[in-house]
Order: sequence, then structure tokens, then C-alpha cells
Amino acid sequence: MAYNLDLTTVWAFIIAFAVFAYVVMDGFDLGIGILFPTFAVGPERDRAMNSIAPVWDGNETWLVLGGGGLFAAFPLAYALILPATYPLIIAMLLGLVFRGVAFEFRWRDPAHRRLWDAAFTGGSFVAAMAQGMTLGALLQGVTVAGRAYAGSWFDWFTPYTLLTGLGTVAGYALLGATWLVWKLDGESQHHARQLGKRAAWATFVLMGGVSLYNITLNAEYAERWLSAPEIYYAAPVPILTGLVALALLRALSVARHSKPFWLSIALFFLGMAGLGVTMWPYIVPPGITIWDAAAPEKSQIFMLVGTAIIMPIILGYTAWAYWVFRGKTEYEGYH
Amino acid sequence: MNDEAVSTCGSCKQRHAWCETYIPITARFGYSRVMFDQADALLLARIQFAFTVSFHFIFPAFSIGLASYLAVLEGLWLKTGKPLYKDLFKYWLKIFAIAFAMGVVSGIVMSYQFGTNWSVFSDITGPILGPLMAYEVLTAFFLEAGFLGVMLFGMNRVGKGLHFFATIMVAVGTFISAFWILSVNSWMHTPVGWSVGQTGQLLPEASWLEIIFNPSFPYRLVHTVIAAYLTTAFVVGGVGAWHLLKDRTNSHARKMFSMAMWMAAIVAPIQIFAGDMHGLNTMEHQPQKVMAMEGHYQSHPYGAPLYLFGIPNDEEQRLDYAIGIPKLSSLILKHELDAPLAGLDTIPDADQPPVLPVFFAFRIMVGIGFAMLGIGAWSLFARYRKRLYDWPWLHRAALVMGPSGFVAVIAGWITTEVGRQPFTVYGVLRTAQSASPLDAPAVAASLIAFVLIYFAVFGAGTWYIVRLMSHSPHLGEKGVKRSETGPVRTAGITPGPTQNPGHDPDALPHDRKEAVDGV
Repeated sequence: MAYNLDLTTVWAFIIAFAVFAYVVMDGFDLGIGILFPTFAVGPERDRAMNSIAPVWDGNETWLVLGGGGLFAAFPLAYALILPATYPLIIAMLLGLVFRGVAFEFRWRDPAHRRLWDAAFTGGSFVAAMAQGMTLGALLQGVTVAGRAYAGSWFDWFTPYTLLTGLGTVAGYALLGATWLVWKLDGESQHHARQLGKRAAWATFVLMGGVSLYNITLNAEYAERWLSAPEIYYAAPVPILTGLVALALLRALSVARHSKPFWLSIALFFLGMAGLGVTMWPYIVPPGITIWDAAAPEKSQIFMLVGTAIIMPIILGYTAWAYWVFRGKTEYEGYH
Repeated sequence: MNDEAVSTCGSCKQRHAWCETYIPITARFGYSRVMFDQADALLLARIQFAFTVSFHFIFPAFSIGLASYLAVLEGLWLKTGKPLYKDLFKYWLKIFAIAFAMGVVSGIVMSYQFGTNWSVFSDITGPILGPLMAYEVLTAFFLEAGFLGVMLFGMNRVGKGLHFFATIMVAVGTFISAFWILSVNSWMHTPVGWSVGQTGQLLPEASWLEIIFNPSFPYRLVHTVIAAYLTTAFVVGGVGAWHLLKDRTNSHARKMFSMAMWMAAIVAPIQIFAGDMHGLNTMEHQPQKVMAMEGHYQSHPYGAPLYLFGIPNDEEQRLDYAIGIPKLSSLILKHELDAPLAGLDTIPDADQPPVLPVFFAFRIMVGIGFAMLGIGAWSLFARYRKRLYDWPWLHRAALVMGPSGFVAVIAGWITTEVGRQPFTVYGVLRTAQSASPLDAPAVAASLIAFVLIYFAVFGAGTWYIVRLMSHSPHLGEKGVKRSETGPVRTAGITPGPTQNPGHDPDALPHDRKEAVDGV
């Protein structure tokens, strides 16, 4: 398949960017939710939550862009993937409901704070697991007839998707822990660093497992990774991943603040690149390419104009919003 | 079903140019498996969408108006320097934080529900509606979410001017969001500028401006946004009235009640006028919806009555127990007593909306609209007599009317959406041909999950909001809470915190002892 740069390719990269932005940004929010039970009740939990309270909503908006963008740029993919992973998507949405309201509710009801903290963790875990399993369900292939999903409503449940789900949970926990290394200090930071190390090892093992499983999944994937000349394009991804993993372990061992977080993001970026090598140019493997699923040119152009103008502005004020809350998270009372 | 669709096309040929090109899209491209054999799944999917969208709509209907109200309060505070406005801003900010969070999480559900339950609709309309929704995300959702954090938590970090800017951006974002999603919704009622592609998808044919500003959009936008403002005004007025009933000298309660009653007095009549315009627009583009609203099963060649009450009977195609005023409907809709009005007898059965929900929802909405008008007029009279804060019956009425906007908004939504049936895209795509190829158990399970979780979670959230509203607004009002152990900044202004450092006056009591002690 040619790598010609047409509108559809541009849109595939924009959607991939939105998904990547979502995964790393809401990834650390969800990761903090997953790790929440290990934090001491009181200031440690409060600060962990306060470190993301001003930004979680913006982070979650990338998920809406991923969904809305897919609907707009690749309507067929949207119409195939969501029915194929129906229970996963519903579980993710309901998980995000619990996670989202917990930010406010836990302060409003001290008598039931444990309950809302549990909702925060449960919601975060379910959302992360469902997202990872959705990715796995997509990679293992979706049964399509004509323009409709033709499988049953439990096709997505396999050992492989359990593995991708757990890998995502571990990866988000890594992002969450390294974010807290950056935003906290003292005993809490030390705690986050210990959690980060464990999450890093879990992520490496599961990421490696998924990568190897991928190759056995279908012959075309194997060809991408194991035969020349494709291997020359693909090989840098695992090599760089190994180097980043070593740097990350080192950064977590010495007294670094923001470095582990950025290295975790680099790890996710390489994971995303590996995913791209595996899937390209299919958007719904095994049969539907990005060109099969693409919206008509007129729709793509209309959106591209808007995206080109608005996206830099969004990135600008998002960066500003992070900048406003820069530095270590304080022990704040009221705003 | 598809053969019917072709034959019914003739009935509206005189009105819609696109009927000439109409083809039963779904029949050609292998979508028939979602019909008939999965009637249960279809019904469940419809119930699920109606349930989740109705729940979701409550929150934006409130937060669109409340965001603007907060911007006004903060602007007045910056302009006049009066602490009263700052207190009111912080009082409502706490409520906004909860309502907005519930709006966000229930909204994300909506953005995926199109794909999970209505995948055929998504595939077919994606090339036209997808870009409009993408624009909503890009221009509205990011704006709201990006500035929300600064609005809630950034007052001490960015300074007053920038904080005010953030508040305005959130308010603007809520409006832009309404703009795009109502454009999408309006296009489903009055689709223009499309053609059918080889894949069966609807392709954008006309200019995007023509698609965005489709015929019903300007009317729907005005009517819906005003409805959101009125809903908020009556909530604010109801809370103000509640506290005036407890203490009519409370200056904070007086201010919010007065502001809300100005809104009611000025905006309620505008809304009735805007609603009438919207109705006339519907009459032009979706006549059977107006027939259902009016309960007109029969055509009236010499002036149609306005039915005040009746029980619609779709089986027999007549309005049972009808009470009507002769010729008034013709006067309202055609501005002429004897103007002929066509009834549902001119519409094939397969193209008729179910009359009962539309008929009653419309009457509930209009009834509340006129009750709002009455409160507004009453408040003007009280103001004229300089008794705005002294008439308990006005306050009691305003308190009862506090949640009425939500009822009206949902009733209006039912009127317009059920009135569009049996189509998702009016005249083009049938609801029965729009759903995902899902098995009924999958949809049933998810529906049960949504119902249980929404009632539990949003029930709790509503309870927290009502708790916040039950506290009377006071001097030195605090903002959004973020710690048990943080510094007590307001010590000395109010005595509470110094006796019990770190205790949040707005939180529920920890236990019975605390509740009894009344800390």
C-alpha cells in the first residue's frame, strides 16, 4: 500500500494524534485513580486528586475528539467499532461517569467519602481496562459484512484482549505515578516513586507480551515485523523502546522530578508508533482501510480548515491552563 | 417498509424538492437485517437514547444559563467592587462545579451513543453531521474544559482580570456548544443540501453554511437558548425565594431574587414569541408534527379548533373527550379564523408520529411558559408596589416554579423529537433503519445499567446541589472546596471556621452528633 500523502492520510494522523493526546493526558488521571487506594487517607489522597482536579476535564475532552473525529472523518469505522465493542464502550462510559463525579462529590459528602473514593478508583480501573480491551479487540480483527458489524456481542472477550486491557491499566498507572513524582514532594513523592517502579516493570512485561502476541495474531502483522525490507522501518521502534525503558528506570531511581513523566510519555509514543506499523493502513482490521472508511473529500476539507486554525489555539490555552497550576501541588483549602 | 417509504414520498412531493431524488437508502445497501427481526432491540435502543439524552439535557439546560449568570456576577463584582456580588458568584460557583461535572460525564455518553446504538445512522449521516459535531468539540468543549479549571481553582493564581476572562470563555463555550449541537439536531428535522452517494451515505451537496443554517436552525437555537436562560433564572429565583421566606432581610437572597425576576419578566414574553415563530417554522417544514401537537386528526377546511384537552387515540385516528375553542388554531397558525388546516388524515399512517406524547408534552411546555409569564408579571407588579421582598405568596410561587424550567425543557424536547418520528432524518431515514445490528439482550443490559447508575449518581449529585442551595448565601461566601486540612483563609470573618478549623460549612455532616450540634 502506497504511503501517499492525501487528505485521508492526514486525517488518520490527526485522529492518531487525538488518541495519543487522550491516552497520555487522561492516562495519568486514570492512573492516579487506579493507584488511589494505595495513598494514605487524608492529605496524600487530597493532594493527589488536587493535582489533576483543574485539568481532568480538558484531558477527557480528547476522548470526545477521538470519538467525534472518528465519526466525522471515518464514519464507517465509527459505525463498525462501537457495535463490535459495545459492552466495553458502555462499561468505559459508565466508569468515566463514576470517575468524573467523584472529583466533586467526595468533598461534598465527607460521611461517604470512602464510597466516592472507591467510585473514583473503580471507575478509573474499568475505563482503563475497557479502553485497552477495545484496542485489543480492534487489533485481533472485527467481523464485517457489507457495511455492518456481523459478529456476536462477545467477540471482543479473548485472552489477548485481557492482556491488552491489563497492559493499559499498568501503563496508565505508570503515567499516574510519574505525574505524582513531578507534582508532589516529601514522603508522598517517595511513595509515588516506588509505585512508579512497580508500574514500570508491569508495563514493560505486558507491553512485551502484547507485542509478541501481536505477531502470532495474523500473518500480515508478522510480516510487518519479521521480514525485510519492512523490518528496517519497524526495528527502530523496539530498540528505542528498550532505551527509553532503561532511562525511565534510572530516572525513577535518582531524585528526578519531571523526567520520569516525560520518559513515560515517550514510552507511550513509541507504543503508538508500533501500533501504527502494525495496523497501517487498516482502521478496522482485517479488511477495512482508512480509505474504505473515509468521509468524502468535502467533509474532510471542511474539518481540516477548522482543525488547522483551532487546534493551535486549543494547544495554546491548554498549555496555559497547565502553566497556571505549575509546580508542586499545594495543601489548598478553598478557591 | 421500504416499499411504503417509496409510496409515501408522493404525499409530500409538492413541498420538498428532494422527494424527487428520494430512494430507500437502507434497502439498497444491505441494512435490512436491523429491521423487524430486531424490533425489540430497536425499541430498547430508542428507550435508552431517550433516557440518556433527557438526563443529559437537564445539565446543559442549567449550566448554559448559570455560566452566563456567573459571568454577569463576576463582572458586576469587578465593576462595582461590592462583596455581595463576589459572595453570590462563589455561592453559585460551587453549584456550577457539580452541575457541570454531571453534564460532562453524561455528555460523553451521548457522543458515543450514536455509534454504539445507532451505527447505521452514523454511517449514513457521518459525512454531514460528523464535521458539525467535530466543530463542536474543537470550538466549544475544549474551550469550556480548558478554562473551567482556572475558573474553579485559579482565582488566587491568575488575578481578577484573567479569571474573569476564564469565566467568560466558559460561558461562551456553553453557547457555542449549543450552537453546533442544535445545528446538528435541526438538520435532522429539516435536512437540506444532501445527495446520496454510492455507498448509501448522505453526502454534503450544498455549501456548509446552507447545511449549518438549515431552515429550522435559527428558530430552534433561539428558542432553546432562551429556554436555558429561563430555566436558570427560575432556579436562581426559586433559591432566592426560599431564603427570603426564611429571612426577608437577607440582602444576598434579595439580590438573586430580584435579578431572577427581571429575567422572568423580560425573557418569558420573548420566549413565548420565539416559540410561536418556531411553531410556524415547524408548520412549514414538518406539518405532521404540528398536527400531532394540535391533536388535529381530521382536516378542517373552514377553520380548525384549538384543543385545550383531549385523549389522542391513534388507533381510531381521533381525539377522544376533546375540549376545544372553535377556529382559534387557524387564527394562531394562519392568522385567519376560517383558514383551512390539514390534519393527519392527509398523512399516510406509516409517516405519522405518535400523537399522545407530542400532544401532552406540548401542552405541558406551553402551560409552564405561561405560568412563567405570570410570575414575571406578578413580580413587576410587586416591584411597582415596592413589595418585591415582602409578598410571601410571590416567594412561595417562585419557589414552586424553581424546577419548572427543567420540566418545560424536557417537554419541549419530547414535543420536537417524538414529533419527528418515525424518522431520524425527517423524510429521509427511518428510525427503524437507523439502529445498530445489536442483539436485544446487549441493549437491555446496558439500558438497565444506565438507569440504575444514572439515578444513583445523578440523584446523589442533585441531592448535593439541593443541600448547597439550602444554605443561605452569606457574607464571606467560600468557593469550591479542595482540602480538609488547608489553611482557613476566612477565619475572623465568620466565627465558624475558627471554632472548627477546616470544617466546610457546605459539606454534609460527618455523623449524627455533628448534625445535632449544628456545626
